[in-house]
Amino acid sequence: MKLKKLSAACALAAATMFGASAQAQVSGDVIKIGFITDLSGLYADIDGPAGGEAIKMAVAEMGGAVAGKKIEVLVADHQNKADVAAAKAREWFDTQGVDMLIGGTNSGTALAMAKVAQEKKKLFISVGAATSALTNEQCSPYTVHWAYDTTALAKGTGNAVVKAGGKSWYFLTADYAFGSQLQNDTSAVVKAAGGTVVGSVRHPLSASDFSSFLLQAQSSKAQILGLANAGGDTINTIKAANEFGITKTMKLAGLLMFINDVHSLGLKATQGMYLTDSWYWNRDPETRAWSRKFFEKIKRMPSSLQAADYSAALQYLNAVKATGSDDSDKVLAQMKKTKVNDVFTKGGYIRDDGSMIHDMYLMQVKSPDKSTEPWDYYTVAETFKGEAAWTTKAESKCAVWK
Amino acid sequence: MEIFGIPIQAFLGQLLLGLVNGSFYAMLSLGLAVIFGLLGIVNFAHGALYMIGAYVAWIGMEKFGINYWMSLLLAPLIVGALGVAVERSLLKHLYKIDPIYGLLLTFGLALIAEGVFRDQFGVSGQSYSVPEALSGATNLGFMVLPNYRAWVVFASLAVCLGTWFVIERTRLGAYLRAGTENPALVQAFGINVPVMVMLTYGAGAGLAALAGVLAAPVIQITPLMGSNLIIIVFAVVVIGGMGSILGSILTGLALGLIEGLTKVFYPEASSIVVFVIMAIVLMIRPAGLFGKEK
Repeated sequence: MKLKKLSAACALAAATMFGASAQAQVSGDVIKIGFITDLSGLYADIDGPAGGEAIKMAVAEMGGAVAGKKIEVLVADHQNKADVAAAKAREWFDTQGVDMLIGGTNSGTALAMAKVAQEKKKLFISVGAATSALTNEQCSPYTVHWAYDTTALAKGTGNAVVKAGGKSWYFLTADYAFGSQLQNDTSAVVKAAGGTVVGSVRHPLSASDFSSFLLQAQSSKAQILGLANAGGDTINTIKAANEFGITKTMKLAGLLMFINDVHSLGLKATQGMYLTDSWYWNRDPETRAWSRKFFEKIKRMPSSLQAADYSAALQYLNAVKATGSDDSDKVLAQMKKTKVNDVFTKGGYIRDDGSMIHDMYLMQVKSPDKSTEPWDYYTVAETFKGEAAWTTKAESKCAVWK
Repeated sequence: MEIFGIPIQAFLGQLLLGLVNGSFYAMLSLGLAVIFGLLGIVNFAHGALYMIGAYVAWIGMEKFGINYWMSLLLAPLIVGALGVAVERSLLKHLYKIDPIYGLLLTFGLALIAEGVFRDQFGVSGQSYSVPEALSGATNLGFMVLPNYRAWVVFASLAVCLGTWFVIERTRLGAYLRAGTENPALVQAFGINVPVMVMLTYGAGAGLAALAGVLAAPVIQITPLMGSNLIIIVFAVVVIGGMGSILGSILTGLALGLIEGLTKVFYPEASSIVVFVIMAIVLMIRPAGLFGKEK
C-alpha cells in the first residue's frame, strides 16, 4: 500500500517537472534562431545556458540585425529527453516561425530534432551531440554537424595513443548507444593502427561507484584504459582510478572529455592524460581574445562546444546576409560554398553528408606546475587535418552523399 | 583457486568494495528508517540533505579553511539545524494527514535544493581531497585498498551501531519509540513529544549530512549526487522493512555486497539488481525482511 502510494506520488512529481516552456511572441519579419539543449542536467556546464550566450555574442556581432531584419534567439531545455526536444522543435517550426535550429548536447535529442527539421525542410545545426549517425546512417540534407563526432574523437585519440606506444587497450564503457559506438569506433582505429583490445567492461549510466570496474580493468594488464563514457561518469572514474592507484599501472585515455571536466577534477588528478577536442581557448591570440570576452559574461572559459555554438550561428547569419534570404535551401547552399573562417576554425567546410570538416586537436593535460593561470590546462600535442579525422566517403553509409 | 571462474583474490577484492558501498547505503537508509519509524514521514529530501552535507564540507574547506575532521562535526550540525527548521516550519503541519503529503513536500524541497545548488555551483561538480592522515593505500595481498575507504567502513559501522544502541537500548530511545506508539500518553507523562520529534528529524538530517561528508573525498560533489543514490537507498529501506533500524543497517551492507558481486558476474545488471531483490522480497514478505506487519 505504502509503495503503491509512493510510486503514484513519484509519477505525479515527475510529471510536474515537464514545465519548461519558451517565451516568445509570434512575429513575421525576423530571423529566428532556436537553441535546444540541456540547460539544467548533467551536460549543462559544457554547453547549456552559456552556449545560448555564445550564440547571442554572434548575434551582437552582426549588430542584432541582418538583411534589414531583426535577429531573435529562442532557448529551451530538452531535459535530455528526445521526445521533449522533438516536440519543442516542432512547436517552434510550426508556430514560432523559427528559421534555423541549433541542437546542443545529447545524441538522442539531436537525432530526434534532425528528423523534425528534415520533415519541415528547415536547417538544423547539431553542435553538442557526439553521435556520428547524424551524418552517417541517419544523415539528412538539412542536418549540419558542426563541432565533432564519435568517429573524429576515436581517430584522434586512438591513433595518437597507439603511436605513442599504448598498444594494448581495455575499455570502460557506458552501457548505452553512445558508449558502445565510441568503444567500437575506437577499437577499430586501435586495431588498424596495430594495437590490440584485450577486453571491456560496461557500467550503467551514472553509476555510483567505479572502483569495482577499475579493478577488473587493472587485472587485464592492458597498458591503456579507454574511457568510453562522458560527464560525471568520466569524472568519477578518473577520481577512483587515482585513489586506487590504477594510474600507476595504466594510462587513462578520455575519449570524450571537455575542459569543464578537467576544471572540476583539477590538474593533479588529470595531468598527463590525452584527449581529443575540436577547440581550445588558449590556443592562439585570436581564441584568447574571444574567450576573455566570453569570460567577462559567464565567469568561465568557453568549452569547445560554446565556441562552436557561436561559430555555427555566425556562419548561418553570414549566409543569410549574403543571400538576403532565410530560405533553408538557399542559405545552406551558400554555407556549403563558403569556407568557415572564424575563431572556432580556419578553412572549415561543410561536406555533402553534413559534416563540417575542420582541424581537430590532440591535447595533453598539463601538470600543475606548468599551468600559468586558471583554465590554462592543455598543451596541443598534435593537430589533425579534418580529412584524416572524419569518416571517408568509402566508409560512409549516408544516402545523401552517394 | 577460483570461485565461479573468478580468481579468489579478485573475488575478495570485489566483496570488500561492496562492503564500502554497503556502508553508505546503510548510513543513508538508517537516517530514512529513523525518520520514517518515528515520524511516519517518507523523507524524499534525504538525498538532498546528503548532497548539502557534502557541499557544506567543500564550502568550509574552500572559503573558511575548515578541515575534514571539523567538517565531520560541523556539517551534520548545520544540516541538522536546517532539518529542525524544516520540521518546525513545514513538516509539523503534516503529521495528522496522509503520509503522501509529507512525501510530496520533501520531494519538492529536494528539487528546490538541487536547483539552488545547480544555479550556484554548476553541474560538473567540485573535488574534495582526501585528508592527509587517511591518504595512501594499504596492500592487503589480494588488493590495494585506499586507507580512506577502510575509514568509511569503520566510521559508518560505528555510527550505525551507535544509532541503533541509542534507539533500542537507552531510556531516550524508549521515550522515542513510546512517543511514536502513543504520543498523547507519553505527553501526559511529562515528556515534550513535539521537541523530541523535531530533534529526531534533525538527527536524521544530520546522519544524511555525515554520509555526505564521508562521501565527499571519494566522489565528485555535484548537486545531483543525492538523487543518483536516493532511489537505491529507498529500495534498501523497503527491503529491510520501512522503519526498522537494524533492518536498514543489515540490508544496506548486504545489498552493497550483492551489488559488488553483480559487478563482477554481470556488470550491466548492477544498477537494477537491488530493485529485482526488492520486487522478490515484496512478493514474499510485503513488510520487508525485518518489518512488522501492522
